[in-house]
Amino acid sequence: MSTQKVPVQDAMEEHPIAPFLRMDRIPHIWCPTCGIGTVVKCYATALEGSALDLDKCAIVSGIGCTGRVAGYMKLDAFHSTHGRAIPFATGLKLGRPELHVTVFSGDGDLSGIGGNHFIHAARRNMDLLVVLVNNFIYAMTGGQNAPTTPLGARSSTMPFGNFENPFNLPHLAATCGATYVARWTSLHIRRLTKSFSEALHKKGFRFIEIVTPCATLYSRLNKLGSGLDLMRFYHDNAEIRHGADTRDLDIDFQDRIICGKFIDEDRPTFLEMKDKHYTEVLGDKYAPMPPEGGWIHE
Amino acid sequence: MKTDSAGVLAGVHYLDGDYACGEGAMAAGCRFVAGYPITPSTEVVERISQRFPMMSGTFIQMEDELASMAAVVGASWTGTKSMTVTSGPGFSLMMENIGLAAMMETPCVVVNVQRGGPSTGLPTMVGQGDMMQARWGSHGDYELISMCPQSPQEAFDLTIDAFNLSERYRVPVMFMMDECVGHMTEKVVIPPAEEIDVVPRTLTDKPPGEFMPYKLNGGKVPEFARAGDGYKFHSTGLTHDERGYPDMSVECQEVNVRHLIDKIRLNVDDIIRVEFEQVDDAEVVVVAYGITARVARMGIDMARSKGVKVGFMRLVVVWPFPERHIAELAGSIGAFVVPEINYGQISLEVERCAGGKCATVHVPHGGGGVHDPKAICDAIVGAAR
Repeated sequence: MSTQKVPVQDAMEEHPIAPFLRMDRIPHIWCPTCGIGTVVKCYATALEGSALDLDKCAIVSGIGCTGRVAGYMKLDAFHSTHGRAIPFATGLKLGRPELHVTVFSGDGDLSGIGGNHFIHAARRNMDLLVVLVNNFIYAMTGGQNAPTTPLGARSSTMPFGNFENPFNLPHLAATCGATYVARWTSLHIRRLTKSFSEALHKKGFRFIEIVTPCATLYSRLNKLGSGLDLMRFYHDNAEIRHGADTRDLDIDFQDRIICGKFIDEDRPTFLEMKDKHYTEVLGDKYAPMPPEGGWIHE
Repeated sequence: MKTDSAGVLAGVHYLDGDYACGEGAMAAGCRFVAGYPITPSTEVVERISQRFPMMSGTFIQMEDELASMAAVVGASWTGTKSMTVTSGPGFSLMMENIGLAAMMETPCVVVNVQRGGPSTGLPTMVGQGDMMQARWGSHGDYELISMCPQSPQEAFDLTIDAFNLSERYRVPVMFMMDECVGHMTEKVVIPPAEEIDVVPRTLTDKPPGEFMPYKLNGGKVPEFARAGDGYKFHSTGLTHDERGYPDMSVECQEVNVRHLIDKIRLNVDDIIRVEFEQVDDAEVVVVAYGITARVARMGIDMARSKGVKVGFMRLVVVWPFPERHIAELAGSIGAFVVPEINYGQISLEVERCAGGKCATVHVPHGGGGVHDPKAICDAIVGAAR
């Protein structure tokens, strides 16, 4: 390292992912030791290393803590309604097929109120990268029970512990037809970034679940210590098992978290199926929507 | 500008209102439709799904109406003209994302072929009970535009106007058909493309660094950039400043909401469309819309034959409400008579705008059928007394 003295101004370095963020909105609203920022860093790093034209990349969030991600990313970004990020993103993709659309939202948003859209977008193999940050709880509203809260874990609406079975989200995505399914924790920075890179270059419904600490609510309600303690827990209890049978990916309370890439296959997307089918059936009469979209202009 | 000929089935046709509405959408340049099947609206999307593959249009049958409306808002942000189609129960499910469209200032058209309600109500039979829902159905304060066709020809013509108004004011337009108009088959003349004026999506000419998606524009709607052109803008359902960034201040809320209200209220003369018949010497004026307008004419003819001086005011655009027109008439007549297939929605608006200067007589109908013209005639005669 150079020890040469440089003027302070010249030494000011930009954060490597600053060009991907709306720096005029920083500082963000996330709590200290929240995992969402780490996930955003990994996503932006993958975008930076990707060959994608950023002008053609759009991001859609729903509502909640992770629902704020779209608001910080310097892309065409939409902060939609609670649970409806996937159908909103579906409209964007179909309205202008050349777009690369990422959905970035939380477990409650995507698998609770938006669960129906999740399964149908996967069934259609809609060309979307769906990033689900799972903190096991509805955090923005104060720690209520989620469809992901592990059995026995406390939440503000299950103060005596949760007795509902949570979703196994990678299994849900895989059985509905996702072409790429992975799970990491926010400790797995390098592996998560690689997963984003792979998924960004694939087509179809791609799903990445990231388990993250919520020190403010989940951890406090369950006396799990600080966010750092949870990162240590991930370190000790995350088990990487690529290609694992997705039926075995349930997450029990403070038990091991199986991570890895479980599905990576190719299947025709909704638009590819549509184009192929109509070309076969209608021949020359079929006019596909141009990549630029179906807008009319002068 | 003139429309794209690919969507125009020029000629003289025999169509029902639902098909005519679908043809109107395609003629207007609509190229994205998301919908969920619901009687009595489904024929609109059936027509569109039959013809869209030949004109670069995409129809997708979504998993529910929440998804349909959300997809329409998303698609509209690509500049592609977008529409969804539903009836009462589905309209209820769309409300949250209609509010999103209003807040994000997203042009789109929502067709509601009204049936009897509440709840599942009368799936195959007529109602006009969603008129207040069209205006107030999503939470919070906003203004939007609603239109009511009275015939298949108008279902075609006004659908084009609905798209044009939605583009001009960047609002969702509620196209409030009813089951009778939707399922009524009549002659529909579709003009050639070169006779159809459409408002294209106007894109900002500012470069990305200078563009702000919600910058107030001297009373006009903000300039628009579509997703995928390098603007990297942000749009949110949260209260937002001119950059599209959330701002939870009382001051920003005032500016934000006030703009959504003003862009319609300050332009009511451009938006409102009403038709008058025989009001010059009238002692009583009937106010009606949709199928009830046609039934009301029979009641008016019956009352005229009894010597009552009765005129007619038809609401083509129902929201924003023609407050000034009602108030002006109220000073010179004895009563308004308002038949509608509900238990008092638009009649209350008429009464409000009449401001006590004349009587307002409501002629209710619970739905499932149209009024007996004699009931309207009786109300006119009674009001004239």
